[in-house]
Amino acid sequence: MYEGVVQDLIDELGRLPGVGPKSAQRIAFHLLQADPADVRRLTEVLTVVREKVRFCETCFNVAEAQQCRICLDPRRDVRLLCVVEEPKDIVAMERTREFHGRYHVLGGAISPIDGIGPDDLKITELVRRLGAEPVDEVILATNPNLNGEATATYLSRLLRSMGITVSRLASGLPVGGDLEYADEVTLGRAFEGRRVVDA
Amino acid sequence: MHLRHLTLADFRSYESAEVPLAPGITTFVGRNGQGKTNLVEAAYYLATLGSHRVAQDAPLVRAGAEQAIVRAAVMRAEREQRLELEINPGRANRGRLGKAPLGRPRELLGAVRTVMFAPEDLALVKADPAGRRRFLDELLVARQPRWAGARGDYDKILKQRNALLKSARGAPNRAAVLESLPVWDTHLAQVGANLIYARLRLMQDLQPYLATAYEEVSGGASDARTTYRSSLHGDLAQTIACGEVPQVEEIESAMHESFARQQAAEVDRGLTLVGPHRDDLELRLGALPAKGYASHGESWSFALGLKLAAFTLLRHDLDTDPVLILDDVFAELDAGRRERLAEMIGDAEQVLITAAVGADVPAQLTGATFEVVKGAVHPR
Repeated sequence: MYEGVVQDLIDELGRLPGVGPKSAQRIAFHLLQADPADVRRLTEVLTVVREKVRFCETCFNVAEAQQCRICLDPRRDVRLLCVVEEPKDIVAMERTREFHGRYHVLGGAISPIDGIGPDDLKITELVRRLGAEPVDEVILATNPNLNGEATATYLSRLLRSMGITVSRLASGLPVGGDLEYADEVTLGRAFEGRRVVDA
Repeated sequence: MHLRHLTLADFRSYESAEVPLAPGITTFVGRNGQGKTNLVEAAYYLATLGSHRVAQDAPLVRAGAEQAIVRAAVMRAEREQRLELEINPGRANRGRLGKAPLGRPRELLGAVRTVMFAPEDLALVKADPAGRRRFLDELLVARQPRWAGARGDYDKILKQRNALLKSARGAPNRAAVLESLPVWDTHLAQVGANLIYARLRLMQDLQPYLATAYEEVSGGASDARTTYRSSLHGDLAQTIACGEVPQVEEIESAMHESFARQQAAEVDRGLTLVGPHRDDLELRLGALPAKGYASHGESWSFALGLKLAAFTLLRHDLDTDPVLILDDVFAELDAGRRERLAEMIGDAEQVLITAAVGADVPAQLTGATFEVVKGAVHPR
């Protein structure tokens, strides 16, 4: 235990995701020894981020205005809508530069153990969007784990009854990987999702 | 297969131990509480990633230490493979196969396979269904390690579904909460049906070995049978009890049907009442259930028969013998059963035996003997 404010700092840092007690201690002492200007910049960003950043009123991505940059972009294809769990998933999708449609952020996945049901996600908002926007296809890009799959199942049941084409991101072998190192679940999925090769 | 050596660091009572092993019989002799069982428990843990004595990892780590490490070298078909497992209570365990660190310890499964018989196994006959389900599922994993993943998924989905049922019980708008129940039904039925199917196929394969093993252990009686008691509603449970194996799709739709019929009761109790986690492996001697009817001696024969059947099944399946572990069992058996057991295991590639008194072990089981005193292992 350290005295007073140093311990407070370590405790606060330790509450952040991915930071254990040892890392918290290291970061705290790094901050104590760092250039005061660097620390001041960090403090300012921390203060401003909560005030300035909001969530896009359409897709719930992080935004600095009422709508995020993607929803405001007229070049985006409004007929394609990709549903993700978190804003960070949008960043990952955008890095691919493959997708030119728009997004919808659910804000998590269904998990009854954590008390998260469909009502706690932005699903009503999604349905409302589908009523108002000319969307042809919804791409479910929730995580390929149990809760993500459950959320995808829930959404596909709901949306199919509305007559919308629903697709799910393929899961399977990582590109550049070796078959022999793939675990059996992944390999099984890859088999299920195999495609006929066009000559 | 056989273990060539076993190394422990901060495992149970051992600060460190290094035990060279050879094919054939190895006996660990020592008074109670000296650490004999801890040695074979470590070997069993490497094979199953679980202990036969405790459900949590914390008791496996020596008091005061942060982690325990178990290392072994396994010989299979003239090839040596090295295994290492770091047991970190409260954090993820870490495995290593050869020099390569594994993404998950689960990938260690299959590298070494064991069948253990211990005094706790009497519960297979006398106690609750949970132990019998564990016997089936462990054998399933020993045969095909991928079932460990399916088993884990099933438990996670089950927990989610139960949490949803519980929250519906207390909610004023029950229907709204249950709106997402079909999602969990779908996933649970899918994984659950596959698990039930695999268990049924396993039992089919096990039955002939069980009949033979029981006959040999008990000295003549050949009426040991098993019946799968399914928690499904409707005709399919009956079909299964008669020993038939339905298609996975049939089991899946029967699960859905049972969910539908049971919904009120499930919400009432906040529990999933149908599925592999509620099934039982009924053990019978002729027409009578072993539980409640079998004598003490017959119960031992049955428990031993199940384990020996598992051993023979794996031997045929894998083209190599699993390591057979007999933990403190000779003291529990009468002279006749002792002798017959000794005869049956004489040709196993490797048998690890623990005993408090060396004289309990039948004389024909000769091999290396180690003395275990206060957490130290000495060759005798």
